[in-house]
Amino acid sequence: MNEPFIPAFNWQEHVISPWMSELSMTLPIVLMAFFVITSCGLIGNYLILRRMALVGDAISHSVLAGIAGVVVFTGGLQVTGLFIGALVAGVVTTVLIELIHRYSRVKQDAAIGITFTTLFALGVILINLKAGQVHIDEECVLYGEIAFVPLDQTKISIPLAMVQAMDNLPLAGEFIKGGQLVVATGVLRMAIVTLVVVALIWAFYKELLVSSFDSALAYSLGINANMVHYALMSLLSIVVVSAFESVGAILVVAMLILPGATAHLLSTRLPVIMALTVLHAALSTLLGFHLAKWLDCSIAGALVVAAMGLFVLAWIFGIHDGLLGKWLRQRRVQHELPEEITQSSSLTT
Amino acid sequence: MRYGFLFIFLGLLVPEWVWAERIGDISETSAFEQARRFFSFQDPAVRYALVGSILLGISCGLLGSFLVVRKMALFGDTLSHAVLPGVALGFLWNMSKDPVAIFVGATLAGLLGGAMVTLIKQTTRLKEDTALGLVLASFFAIGICLLTRIQNISTGSKGGLDAYLFGQAASLGRDDVILMAIITVLAVLLIAIFYKELLLTSFDAAFARAAGFPVTMIHYVLMLLLAFSVVIALQAVGVVLVSAMLITPAAAAYLLTDRMHVMLLLASVFGVTAGAAGAFFSFMSTNLPTGPLMVMGASLVFVLAFLFGPRHGVVSRWWRRQSRSAQIQRENTLKAIYHVLEGRSFEGEGVSLRELAEKRRETIDEVRGQSRELKTHQMATLHEDGDSVHLTPEGWQRACEIVRNHRLWELYLTNEASIAPDHVHDDAEVIEHVLGEETVRQLERTLNHATKDPHGRPIPGLMDLKLGGQIMGGPATVPGYGRTT
Repeated sequence: MNEPFIPAFNWQEHVISPWMSELSMTLPIVLMAFFVITSCGLIGNYLILRRMALVGDAISHSVLAGIAGVVVFTGGLQVTGLFIGALVAGVVTTVLIELIHRYSRVKQDAAIGITFTTLFALGVILINLKAGQVHIDEECVLYGEIAFVPLDQTKISIPLAMVQAMDNLPLAGEFIKGGQLVVATGVLRMAIVTLVVVALIWAFYKELLVSSFDSALAYSLGINANMVHYALMSLLSIVVVSAFESVGAILVVAMLILPGATAHLLSTRLPVIMALTVLHAALSTLLGFHLAKWLDCSIAGALVVAAMGLFVLAWIFGIHDGLLGKWLRQRRVQHELPEEITQSSSLTT
Repeated sequence: MRYGFLFIFLGLLVPEWVWAERIGDISETSAFEQARRFFSFQDPAVRYALVGSILLGISCGLLGSFLVVRKMALFGDTLSHAVLPGVALGFLWNMSKDPVAIFVGATLAGLLGGAMVTLIKQTTRLKEDTALGLVLASFFAIGICLLTRIQNISTGSKGGLDAYLFGQAASLGRDDVILMAIITVLAVLLIAIFYKELLLTSFDAAFARAAGFPVTMIHYVLMLLLAFSVVIALQAVGVVLVSAMLITPAAAAYLLTDRMHVMLLLASVFGVTAGAAGAFFSFMSTNLPTGPLMVMGASLVFVLAFLFGPRHGVVSRWWRRQSRSAQIQRENTLKAIYHVLEGRSFEGEGVSLRELAEKRRETIDEVRGQSRELKTHQMATLHEDGDSVHLTPEGWQRACEIVRNHRLWELYLTNEASIAPDHVHDDAEVIEHVLGEETVRQLERTLNHATKDPHGRPIPGLMDLKLGGQIMGGPATVPGYGRTT
């Protein structure tokens, strides 16, 4: 091997030029990543609040069985088919976990583990049997193919006035061809999914909030908590299957949990947490993208590593209960109090 | 218990004689030939794959049992994903698939992941599930970054690192199998030596702590063993699905037994079965990875245990409930026949369906069905074209028992629990079917062998059970009543 494992960092090559000459490749990837992390993160917030983070893990794995089932039955990867397959897989997972948990003495954690590994294994086997017929393989399952997002494009007609207005912008030629706006299909789909997620959360904010924190109150207010649960699982399946193509089955779990977990460390107000989630999504998108450029590795993996880096920063330097703040407070208390008090208090605790 | 471990230990020695000379590369294509080649065990790749699968089945089954009873199943999932960066770093150590370097790297990464989960739980408000999912995905992402980086800088020489993702038992080499054997023996020995400590800390940590056992130490030893067994299973099952080999066989065993050592044994057997089946089917079809096939095998075992487990299985329980309610129904019919006979002071031998129907307030057809049910269980015979029911000795005995249980319980509730006599019937109606002989003796002693229930009706005694209707004034010569022995 003639190349060093960690290549030299080149500001011009790794940070500037993706945004100048390679903009038509960069923009779809970055937008896609941002939409994926945002939609996943927003849903993930509710998973964290409901202590269902691992159900999210389970659904993101078993969606593969739904996708593989659709591939076997229809022989292709049409969007509607995938959405239906994912929905079915999500609901089946939720029901199976509940069934195993209720009708045997296996605890919920083991029930989750059994269900999703079985469905995931089924999915991998089906995909292997159909290998060569569709462009879906094991690597795609594991870490997605976000780098291919810009290749699949859709043309949208836009008003002439907008075309003229955008003509003055630099590099407009990359995105407007023949009076039509050219966008990556994946980005367009993910943007729509993200909008739907935001709209649904905005519309059912109260129901989600109350049923997440206090199911008894939800019941007395006439909110069907069970219904909310299944609706959330269905929405989760849709988001996961849309994100699947670009980040894979396992890294989706990180997108679901990391933004929310980071935000939860920094605030206790749900609206603030939501805003922080979006901020986390934007930051980890940019950092992760350039990290992948620099290290020449999987973009999806680098996105998660960046998101994890942000989490660790929040963990250490968080305002309310960061590790550093806690340590400083503890030291100050020990210095300020007379020695015998600390001694006696340490005896009593 | 000890014999169980001895058995496993001896099983580990079997691979030593299986290692024979290789027969060369034969290229049959038919399924039968492939199967024959697999079962002749002459291809070293087959032997390594099979022995490896068996070893991983044993170690995963043993450690998984402790995970399942400690409710830490998903901790195993997190640990198994967290080893991926360690695998990549172990590979980077000298850019080759060196089993020892990868083993050390993966174990360290797994333990680091486990420690991070604990740390997040202790120092933040985040709950356990969030911490587990977070560490799982983050470590996995680091691993993916490292692996893709390795792929990009050294095309071609990554030497089967892909096998670590979904597992390829065929890629196991002799060194891998030896390492697996050592670790499995170590795990079996440690579990055998510290069995009591592990058992106690798994089921009652507070008591174990109070009794002076080093609970935290045992926990960490178990984590280390867990990391070991995950790492040795990696190459055959793959990072993604190792957790299934930990959880699923153990959960299936958990459904079948209440004894921990039986569970350990069963889980190992299930693990071995699933592992060997996975290796076989993967060998039969060359483009299928081993891991998913093993997992499907384990899941099949779980589904069977879930449905047909003798005590906790869904179908078995449903069947028991059905036969139980059928039995209660039969006993109620017997009781009604007794009441009809009692109503006419045990005059006459048979009870007509009409009388029975009036007693039970049901239609003739329903009563006829119930009588036939009694007949199939040899509790009664039907006479006069099926219009009259005669009890057999067995039927008479059970009828007396049920009525006795009912009346004894009524008397007990009235005398000892001071419940009004008109409130005791419903309770007795339920309990009459489940009172055992032992309890009945105790009730009789407590009630001083009373002969009348609170409503003044006689309680059938032992003599009635034995001698049929004779004592009660029933005709002694009636066939079916008198039980002469």
